[in-house]
Amino acid sequence: MLQISCPWCGLRPEGEFVCLGEAVPPRPDPAALTAGEWASSLANRANIRGLHAERWWHVRSCGRILTIWRDTVSHAIVPAPASMAAPKATP
Amino acid sequence: MTARRLAHGGIIERSRPLSFRFDGMDLSGFAGDTVASALMANDVALVGRSFKLHRPRGFFGAGHEDGVMVSRLSPRAATNQLATVTPLEKDATYVSVSTWPNARHDIGAAAQWFSRLLPAGFYYKTFMLPNWHLFEPFIRGAAGLGRVPDPAWEPVSESRFGDCDVLVVGAGPAGLGAALTAARSGASVMLVDDGEAPGGRLVLDGLDDGGWASRTVAELETLPYVRLLRRATVWGYHEHNLLTVIERRPVDAPDLDLRNWKIRARQVVIAAGAHERPIPFVDGDRPGVMLASAARSFLHRHGVLAGEHAVLFANNDSARGAALDLAGAGAAVTLVDIRPDPGGMAAAALAQSGVTLIAGGCVLRAVGAKRVEAVEMRHADGRLATLPCDLVAVSGGWNPAFHLASQTREAKSVWHHELATFVASHGEGRFRLAGAARGVFEAGACARDGMEAGQAVLRAIGRKAPAIDLPGPDDPFAARSVAPLWFVPPRRRRDKVFVDLSGDVTTADLELALREGYDSIELVKRYTTAGMGVDQGKSGNVNVIGIVGALTGQATELVGTTTFRPPFVPVEFGAIAGARHKARLYPWRHTPLADWHLARGAVMYEAGLRWQRPGFYPLPGEDGAAAAGREARAVRNGVGVYDGTPLGKFQLKGPDVGKLLDLVYISDFGKVAVGRGKYGVMMSDDGLIMDDGVAFRLAEDRWLLHSSTGAADRVHAHLEQIVQVHRPDWQVSVIPVTTQWANATLCGPCARDVLVALKPDFDASRTALPFMGMAEGHLGAIPVRVFRVSWTGELSFELNTPARHAAALWEMVMAAGAPFGITPVGSEANHILRVEAGYISTGHEVDGTADPHDLGLGALVSATKPDFLGKRAMAMRRQRDPVRFELVGLLPSDPERFLPEGAPLTPGGDKVDQEGFVSACVRSVTLDRVIALGLLRAGRSRIGETVHARIRNDIVPLRVVAPVFHDADRARVRS
Amino acid sequence: MQRFSFLSLARNALSHHEGWHRAWRSPPLQDAYDVVIVGAGGHGLSTAYHLAKEHGVTNVAVIEKGWLGGGNTARNTHTIRANFLRDVSIRFHDVSVKLYEQLSRELNYNILFSQRSMIDLIQSWGKLRDLRRRSLAMALHGPAYDLISVDEVRRRIPAMGDLAGVRLPPLAGMAHPDAAMARHDAVAWSYARAADARGVEIHQHTEVTGFVRDARGRVTGVETSRGTVRAGQVALATAGNTSHVAAKAGLSLPLVTRNLQAFVSEPIKPIIDVIVNCPDVGLYVMQSDKGELVIGGGTDPIPSYRQGCHVATFEDVVASLVELFPRFKALRMLRQWGGAIEFAYDASPIISKTDVEGLLVSTGWYGGFKSIPVGGLTYAHLIATGAPHPLAEAFGLDRFTGLRFLLEAGTVAQR
Repeated sequence: MLQISCPWCGLRPEGEFVCLGEAVPPRPDPAALTAGEWASSLANRANIRGLHAERWWHVRSCGRILTIWRDTVSHAIVPAPASMAAPKATP
Repeated sequence: MTARRLAHGGIIERSRPLSFRFDGMDLSGFAGDTVASALMANDVALVGRSFKLHRPRGFFGAGHEDGVMVSRLSPRAATNQLATVTPLEKDATYVSVSTWPNARHDIGAAAQWFSRLLPAGFYYKTFMLPNWHLFEPFIRGAAGLGRVPDPAWEPVSESRFGDCDVLVVGAGPAGLGAALTAARSGASVMLVDDGEAPGGRLVLDGLDDGGWASRTVAELETLPYVRLLRRATVWGYHEHNLLTVIERRPVDAPDLDLRNWKIRARQVVIAAGAHERPIPFVDGDRPGVMLASAARSFLHRHGVLAGEHAVLFANNDSARGAALDLAGAGAAVTLVDIRPDPGGMAAAALAQSGVTLIAGGCVLRAVGAKRVEAVEMRHADGRLATLPCDLVAVSGGWNPAFHLASQTREAKSVWHHELATFVASHGEGRFRLAGAARGVFEAGACARDGMEAGQAVLRAIGRKAPAIDLPGPDDPFAARSVAPLWFVPPRRRRDKVFVDLSGDVTTADLELALREGYDSIELVKRYTTAGMGVDQGKSGNVNVIGIVGALTGQATELVGTTTFRPPFVPVEFGAIAGARHKARLYPWRHTPLADWHLARGAVMYEAGLRWQRPGFYPLPGEDGAAAAGREARAVRNGVGVYDGTPLGKFQLKGPDVGKLLDLVYISDFGKVAVGRGKYGVMMSDDGLIMDDGVAFRLAEDRWLLHSSTGAADRVHAHLEQIVQVHRPDWQVSVIPVTTQWANATLCGPCARDVLVALKPDFDASRTALPFMGMAEGHLGAIPVRVFRVSWTGELSFELNTPARHAAALWEMVMAAGAPFGITPVGSEANHILRVEAGYISTGHEVDGTADPHDLGLGALVSATKPDFLGKRAMAMRRQRDPVRFELVGLLPSDPERFLPEGAPLTPGGDKVDQEGFVSACVRSVTLDRVIALGLLRAGRSRIGETVHARIRNDIVPLRVVAPVFHDADRARVRS
Repeated sequence: MQRFSFLSLARNALSHHEGWHRAWRSPPLQDAYDVVIVGAGGHGLSTAYHLAKEHGVTNVAVIEKGWLGGGNTARNTHTIRANFLRDVSIRFHDVSVKLYEQLSRELNYNILFSQRSMIDLIQSWGKLRDLRRRSLAMALHGPAYDLISVDEVRRRIPAMGDLAGVRLPPLAGMAHPDAAMARHDAVAWSYARAADARGVEIHQHTEVTGFVRDARGRVTGVETSRGTVRAGQVALATAGNTSHVAAKAGLSLPLVTRNLQAFVSEPIKPIIDVIVNCPDVGLYVMQSDKGELVIGGGTDPIPSYRQGCHVATFEDVVASLVELFPRFKALRMLRQWGGAIEFAYDASPIISKTDVEGLLVSTGWYGGFKSIPVGGLTYAHLIATGAPHPLAEAFGLDRFTGLRFLLEAGTVAQR
């Protein structure tokens, strides 16, 4: 059972949240993408084996959606890495 | 030559004798005995039969490293009770498991005659012809340990949360050292120990610590924020320092049998001790052959001497302590130590106690079948000898119990050469290992190690670490260095050397696995089943790894270990479930009108998301269909009222709500006037319908959005993600108000009459309150907000009131409606009404594969909005697959022929891929016949055709019609 | 390949089983193969077998980073069934059931295939509707999946307690007689032995670390921890890790990996004859031939490769178990574990070429054990002929570009 640090409420147990999954980029403008790109943006996921950015919704408390960096192998939750660009994969 | 109870000693209550039965024998023991110690005290050596070969077995370990199960027939019938940890109960009846008629004379022993045909994995090579099913019942019947009794004891269990600064696993010397250190600093401490009393090895080995342990425990019991759990085992170490503990017969709650803890600890000290392992030799599984530590444990915990003529077989010093203890209790002891150098001081102490030391010797074989009678051995000079005995106590080394550390995935198994075992290596995480769990075996050193671990964890949480007194050195025979001997090779090929007692796995089985190429340690384990039995390899696994290394010429560390998984010890399912059952398992959500519905005799259905709603209100003699038909007719002809409270409702506030609605709905919402509502179909961005509902504009920047009952949570998540993640620039707040508003929905031609009779303080006329209009005010004293929406194809008013007024409103409505014959309506009648009216329903027509055009809602799709969720995907899909499954009405040729919802439509009714399915089928009250809705490939262009449903072997012809059977022009709805 | 039979077992017993040969070789890794299959789980090994058997393609290396069958094949709860909603899925899985029925004989290795029915407990009206629809769809294609009464449910599962006291009392049941169990490790081992006998090479403890690409970007081989291996085609069979491995070729896929946990009880005498499934509460339980109760539920709700045990999901499953079977309250859990299920956006399988030439994938197995035989058969066909097998045409990746999702109602889809 994870403990998740909500920026507003502090360190809270997992049961207060709903996991919204991998932090996909905000919805792109459909007009700016080709059909293939649009289809990919809908269904494809990075599905990182390792550290990734993930969204959680603190539905049973403040109701805010927060982003954490969690390792999908060890489940360790860490501060956002300095370079937010590419999350690392665990070998 | 017998095992017996000594006149003194042991932590048992000699003033409380307990009689019991085992396999038909009447015996007696004492309170404080386990089933195992009581049997041993009665010299019952043969207590079970092995899993595959039904070889006679006795007790091998004194705790969870043993595998002998018994069934308790009474009191509180239960099976698979591990005898070495199950407390003896007064007047209890126990039987051995998987034996017939009993352990002493077991018919299954015949398996031993066929043992050559039963090597590891024999079943993979045979039983294929003619069919495995022929042999399987026999195999299944022979497998399994005990039989679940009926009725079975249902332990009373509780599940509880805990939290602390420091959790200490184990109250042996290391655990006590860590706990005292942490507790004296003022930290909150939980000390978890599986013994009846704390002390660990200090008790089990009868070490004299000068009272240190009892002083330490006494102090801990007085310190604030310290909790000691006895008879409790930490079984799981999960992420983020959550640990699960099984507490049996909690000291503080005599009415509880089991308690499962979930403890969040800031830091953990794992002082779980170590498991002794044997040196496997031929027939080393005979009753009377056991671990040296087990013999010691029976002696010190229960005052039971396991045998009068003992042979100890060891490769390390710890057995010497056992030898001295047994000799001191009156046994004649011979210690066979494979190491040639006896060591000066130790040899003297042994000789003084009358222990015969044979240095450089090796036990080759146990003699005796139902009980060990002697061992064959070889002296250092090669001479063979036979030593008569009734007890063989073996010590092949110690395996630190770092399983919990391994469960965290932050510890690696590392080979420790001097101790010839695996230890854990880990970084500076949130736990420390201490004592024997870390490979420190001398008691005084363990206490110091525990203290240092305690200090380290205190530093990690920013507390000052005090000093504590430590016990003096008193443990000259701790296992410091081990001369590994993985097994004593048999001299004859047919001799068996067992490495895993639970699974009857021998060294020959390991050789076979390697020979056949199952050569990584995981494959060896799975092929031979070594380590997969009830002890999960606690005493056998390291030997298996060592043997595999020896047989393959690989260094042991390269062989590696298999994965450690929870639970560390087996845990009762009842404990994990705790008190969760029935209401606590799936709490229902009731509307404020539930009592009224039930009093009226409603049959309640789940409406989605655990809401309970009336399905129908049967009158005496009515079944569901009759009641639903009557209720539906009442609505069509007069007026009905239904409880629509479970519908999802969300209040949306802010200047940008219009933009949000325009994004999530297919229609244009920006232009909806204040005081008006609009029906919205919501798509997910992949172009498939997610939900539908009506949204009303209450004020300039305040709306109320409805969702279907079952999709409320999903819609809530959907809206929040848009507002917080995708369009944080919009000013919108989303407030779920589902449970704040109850509603009673009037429907039927007389609905307005009833509303007027309720004396509203607002104008309820057709012009003032048009279709999709709303009004706010009071009915009598009750505040209401009225929405004019309809799902039934009739004039309809949704009367919303704050939940606390719901019951009063409903009573008022029933009273005002009485002259009009108002009828309470359930969801079954609603289903009839909406199908007749041609309205779609999530879960029926909306099954996640249809888009709005498919369901005939194309006219609602905005022609002007450049973008809304699902717009592009829908267009892309329709372009790729222009032929769609479209909503149609279906009329069976036989007007009384009912179709199951979901019935497939196939070309010609043949058994081929579907061209559609029946989504809803009801007996229409307006047409007095069966009608249906369905999805059909290119359905809209096939109106008038006959299609076919295939229901198993029946082919049912259906005429395709428009998907609406009542009020197609919506005249009633708009009246 | 040495023949397994009672006679050969008896004959070998005389020589204390010292005459058994290796089930599969451990040959040196060559420079090049016609086909490299990444992953020696059930699907990878079945694919290799069918490549050799049906297509005569034997210059094949199956490359496995760990030990043979050590991925999801070692961790699943070995249920075989064909009760699906979509026509193509029913037909696909029914073929798998039929292949499984003959598998021990075909591969000469007893996989302990045990057909003993699955009984679905229906505990809500919505589920009744869903499953009845499924049942009628299945009736079009063959496999039986029929409604049974609560009394019949009680008769088939006598170990259940008093159903009247249960929170969600069963309204009815669905019986799927073809459903079966098998020894999951043995399935991997039997395919490995049979494939090896036909010339396929299996290389364990060899990790694929990257792909070799030519100037046009076509995959022409793999980099491994033991060197570079060239290949005419590279076929991934790394369920659980496909996104991770495919990313090394720059490929992004519509997959999410979640943990699916399971646990067993201590072995007990036979008490449950069938596979019990409760979709409304998320619980299934069956009894292995060894006597252990094998129990599981739904996936954990977060992306995960940890293969551990999510406490909340676990407690829900156990609470549902003892509610239905109160007499199991005193039984103990012996071991718990998890597997990494990698499922697609629509929860249906993916057997497909990819946008990267020379690279194929077989993944998205939401419960891949049941489809090992047909998955291997169809994947081999695609690899060998370049065209999808008719049974698996619908499972190509192109369905996602056309947004033609193959949604199984009642399964957990990402949407």
